[in-house]
Amino acid sequence: MGEPQSNCPLKLYSYWRSSCSCRVRIALNLKGLDYEYIPINVVKGEQFSPEFRKLNPIGYVPALVDGDVVISDSFAILLYLDEKYPQRPLLPTDIRKKAINYQAANIVSSSIQPLQNMTILKYIEEKVSPDEKLPWVQCHIGKGFESLEKLLQDYAGRYATGDDVFLADLFLAPQIFTAKGFNVDMNQFPLLSRLDEAYSQLPAFHDAMPEKQPDAPSSSTS
Amino acid sequence: MEENYKASPLKLYSYWMSSCSFRVRLALNLKGLDYEYIPLVEGQQYTPEFMKLNPISYVPVLVDGELVIADSLAIILYLNEKYPHQHPLLPTDLHKKAINYQAASIVHSSIQPHQNQARYIEKEFGPDQKLPWLRYHIGKGFAALEKLLKDYAGRYATGDEVHLADIFLAPQLYAATKRFNIDMDQFPLLSRLDEAYSQLPAFQVAIPEKQPDAPSSRTS
Repeated sequence: MGEPQSNCPLKLYSYWRSSCSCRVRIALNLKGLDYEYIPINVVKGEQFSPEFRKLNPIGYVPALVDGDVVISDSFAILLYLDEKYPQRPLLPTDIRKKAINYQAANIVSSSIQPLQNMTILKYIEEKVSPDEKLPWVQCHIGKGFESLEKLLQDYAGRYATGDDVFLADLFLAPQIFTAKGFNVDMNQFPLLSRLDEAYSQLPAFHDAMPEKQPDAPSSSTS
Repeated sequence: MEENYKASPLKLYSYWMSSCSFRVRLALNLKGLDYEYIPLVEGQQYTPEFMKLNPISYVPVLVDGELVIADSLAIILYLNEKYPHQHPLLPTDLHKKAINYQAASIVHSSIQPHQNQARYIEKEFGPDQKLPWLRYHIGKGFAALEKLLKDYAGRYATGDEVHLADIFLAPQLYAATKRFNIDMDQFPLLSRLDEAYSQLPAFQVAIPEKQPDAPSSRTS
């Protein structure tokens, strides 16, 4: 799966700790797709290299190369993969449930994750103080999680929108992982906590988590 | 369209100035779909009634019979699947489709959420911080879009038809030029697209100033 295989048509540029990269890793695992893992160290600024900028002009991971096709942005990559490799579909067929999956995914990708990325946290740290980063992040994660608890209460089964894993779960799992890293008190979010526990039982999710990636520091904790 | 208050299956909760609402208005217009425009008054988004519709309390929200969907991308993809024949909003080519998603996401996740924070930045750090914040985030996103789309653009963002990328770009460009006075000289492709959008009837009717809740006496 995420092994160096240079004759693999699928290549994923990823950072171990990036929740956006994690979403795509889960999808590739669920679909049983082999891929070459190409680490981009965003802390060292490797995303700003001219080579990587050619792949993704905005300089974020993940980026996917599939033969001649280059796509960035986790949402775009996931929908591309789902159409090109329809095994283990990432979306339900019911149009309403599909819409709820998009809505939940976008609460994470537009209302939570952009407000916790490195650029923003650095800004807060510089303009205010390092002590303000955590309250900022916890506030935005909390707001997003509260709304997800309410949105999903009428749809959740074993997973976010029923008894099968779908797109919403691919966005939720890495976000919950990140939230725990920021010491968000998950006791306030019983549904999301239950989902988190369910995800931890799935190999496709487990193998996609940060500490399992080739570029994870072997001695660090998550 | 938005002036038709007869009972119709589609209702859109919208705010005149919201660029996320603008995207959905544009999509509805492109597809020729009638809808009831339900304006949200400032502060109303935190009422229990509205939070029942959208727990994160943002506009837009679409109500289609018993189904309630929030988030502009979710709404637009839903509309595109439910009403597939009128003006499809995605190309059939898979790669081009992915580029549309990618461009939409640059707006949806990398520009607009930060633009939304500008009021907070002004309040916490002072009015002189607001413009640099906006310029940085909009500029970064626009620079990426210029590079991304240069190999794909035709009359519009990804060819000669209006697609998802355009639906996200048009309101973002409108906000950048009309509200925030972003210098567009560095973005010739986006400037050209902005001009092309302004010629589209579906766009002209969707602009903030044309909405029922726009203050008639204010300029943008």
